[in-house]
Amino acid sequence: MENLIQSLTERVKQAASNNTPLAIHGGNSKSFYGGAIRGDALDLRAYTGIIDYEPKELVLTVRAGTPLQEIETALEAAGQMLPFEPPYYADTATIGGTVATGLSGPRRPYTGAVRDFVLGTRIINGKGEDLSFGGRVIKNVAGYDVSRLMTGAMGTLGVLLDISFKVLPKPTDEITLRFEMDEATAIQRFNEWAGKPLPISATSWHQGVAMVRLSGAAAGVKAAREKLGGEAVADAQAFWRDLRDHRAPFFEDAEPLRRLSVPSTTSPLSLDLPQWIEWGGALRWVKGAADVKVLREKIASVGGHATLFRHGDKSVGVFHPLAPVLAKIHVNLKAAFDPDNILNPGRMDNFS
Amino acid sequence: MNAGLLADFSRITPALNVITDHERLRPFETDAFISHRAVPMCAILPEDETQVAAILASCSARGVPVVTRGAGTGISGGAIPSEDGVLLVLTRMNHIGKVDHQARTATVGPGVRNLAVSDAAAAHNLFYAPDPSSQLICSIGGNVAENSGGVHCLKYGLTTHNVLQVRLVLSGGESMTLGSRALDAAGYDLMAVVTGSEGMLGLVTEVVVKLTPVPEHVETLLAAFPSVTDAANAVGRIIGAGVVPAALEMMDKMVIEACEKFMSAGFPLDAEALLLIELDGVREEVADQLVRVEQVLNDCHAQEIRRAKSDAEREKLWKARKGAFAALATIRPDYYTIDGTIPRRCLPDVLARYTQLAEEYRMLVANVFHAGDGNLHPCIFYDATVPGEMERSEELGGKMLEICVEVGGTITGEHGVGVEKLRQMCVQFREAELATFHAIKAAFDPAGILNPGKGVPSLKRCAEWGGMHVREGKMPRADIPRF
Repeated sequence: MENLIQSLTERVKQAASNNTPLAIHGGNSKSFYGGAIRGDALDLRAYTGIIDYEPKELVLTVRAGTPLQEIETALEAAGQMLPFEPPYYADTATIGGTVATGLSGPRRPYTGAVRDFVLGTRIINGKGEDLSFGGRVIKNVAGYDVSRLMTGAMGTLGVLLDISFKVLPKPTDEITLRFEMDEATAIQRFNEWAGKPLPISATSWHQGVAMVRLSGAAAGVKAAREKLGGEAVADAQAFWRDLRDHRAPFFEDAEPLRRLSVPSTTSPLSLDLPQWIEWGGALRWVKGAADVKVLREKIASVGGHATLFRHGDKSVGVFHPLAPVLAKIHVNLKAAFDPDNILNPGRMDNFS
Repeated sequence: MNAGLLADFSRITPALNVITDHERLRPFETDAFISHRAVPMCAILPEDETQVAAILASCSARGVPVVTRGAGTGISGGAIPSEDGVLLVLTRMNHIGKVDHQARTATVGPGVRNLAVSDAAAAHNLFYAPDPSSQLICSIGGNVAENSGGVHCLKYGLTTHNVLQVRLVLSGGESMTLGSRALDAAGYDLMAVVTGSEGMLGLVTEVVVKLTPVPEHVETLLAAFPSVTDAANAVGRIIGAGVVPAALEMMDKMVIEACEKFMSAGFPLDAEALLLIELDGVREEVADQLVRVEQVLNDCHAQEIRRAKSDAEREKLWKARKGAFAALATIRPDYYTIDGTIPRRCLPDVLARYTQLAEEYRMLVANVFHAGDGNLHPCIFYDATVPGEMERSEELGGKMLEICVEVGGTITGEHGVGVEKLRQMCVQFREAELATFHAIKAAFDPAGILNPGKGVPSLKRCAEWGGMHVREGKMPRADIPRF
């Protein structure tokens, strides 16, 4: 594997000296996401394997090209999980792409996001330097937190090599409850419930139906179920998996799909577009044609940001534009890690 | 004092509280890392973000260094002033804004005390989870600067997991909002970079923190073990059994002996290690965990298990953790606390090496671990009035940190680098990594005026450093728990 790192490092150095962009990829399961892809492919799939996993440490270290499935299978065997319930979108998903896109699944509001569980990274920066930050321990404040900075940076600051995570025990019992309620009521209930010590691990609202997943020890789940009411849903695992991976019919047409990340208590947005709510109200998927400027202003006014997630016209920008002073820091950071702008240029398209 | 700067400050607002006389500056000469001291050119106590921005703009135009200070409880020297610089003291920015119980957030000024946030949220049955031991007096701004942890972070996370949004003022005076009240924000995760940046990237003038529901039920256990290995095994097996305790603290024989001697705690005389375990959550879930944990403790040869049956008893069990150091400090008056983190499986081995080192240096070392997350706090006891003892304790501490790096850990789990661990930064990081840190700083603070010389050593200093040691000494207000 050290030979492979050597050759990846050489590729980056070469690209920097020729000024030719590189398009970093793993399983291409999320290539639809982010700004347009350009540059020579830099395939990380050969850089694969679990480097270290000791369940009692709650720490996992893996190579970026490792298939997500392989990792989750290994964790499952030890009764543990990646607590951010990573979306796959396609079976080919790798852990590198999971971290680079920074996307988390239904469990996110209740246990944390990808960035919350990343402990350390080894990367190649745009100068072809092999660097390590953070580590394999849960508490570490030596130096700036570069590993979390890498999370969600769309590969624009470095090529991810090794990543260490904190993992958690997987709850032994799970049940999903179904409620019929309107959007405003669902948002209010989700927030009320989240303020109570209940073992909620996912929430969803779509077309007048709210779903709430409870996870934990059997006794705790049973007690919470009695408190909440609702009706138990059979085969709920498939429901949450389809929501996580956008395999539910709502997500399957070619309409522009927008990801609206807003404070969880935000009232119904009344956008007159088909909508699916997750994350206790903090994530609202809408699809269909919309005036991007008006939409962004509206979402910004409630303290959120809007992303064109899939399909639609990317020319107006995929990610929410940044305030000029923030954009300046982004430009500076990009130049610090990748002075020749060769790593996934334009993939994060809200600053330049 | 720079006359132009003073004129600028009086233009910002006539009411601006600027301290320039030496006597009134003396209290600000150090934080809780008191062996380093420097009296700043002046100290300013701004009251809002506009004042902060104007002060910074003026300092940056004149190239004057700025150090930020909150409550001054940091134990790595991060808030020690620059002699030729301005000290910004944010204690007056202590306004608690909206506590939004629906959204489970609180908006607070950087000068608000950590515990005051939980107090303000208590009426809604919510609390602010990170609980550094100095939480009674340390401020949120400092918590963000240091990415503070605490005893409950195995389950509830560090500051970085519990802060949603900050207002940040850059050295040039530009202000901005980082993060979001939503669960993520557009662009790079700058919140992650700023949290724990030790005041070197910008000044935090407002913080939106996440509040957590107060757990329905808490159980606290204290268990004594015949060996460190047994106790360490128990820690691994508790977690292996699928339980993530709210707190999981381990104490060594020195602490047990102190408990015995000063508190007549009545532990088995041959006990080598104690585990303090706190479980919290839904009542039924905690009951379930309690059964599993007691089983593991018995399987791992626990000699004795005590379970708190009331809040008063819980307090008593925690006393073994908190009271032992005050007791030990009566044998040797001063102590130096180390803050390394190691992979937990290395615990018995690292502890054995620490014991051996302590013998070589002929010094008393008591060990307390946040065992759940491998964060070690060995305490080296010494007497600063005995020539050479302080220096020996520093040297010993440095070696202990280097062992942490050697086994794959880190030189600081939660106390920060400050000025204290600059030298060990050269051990943990290579040149290109340190250069990356400097480049990140320049991306935020091109003028390089914010907390210069802290956190990240210059490459030149790393190259020069041979046997140089940083200093440590007594803490002011030793009555306040620190770690």
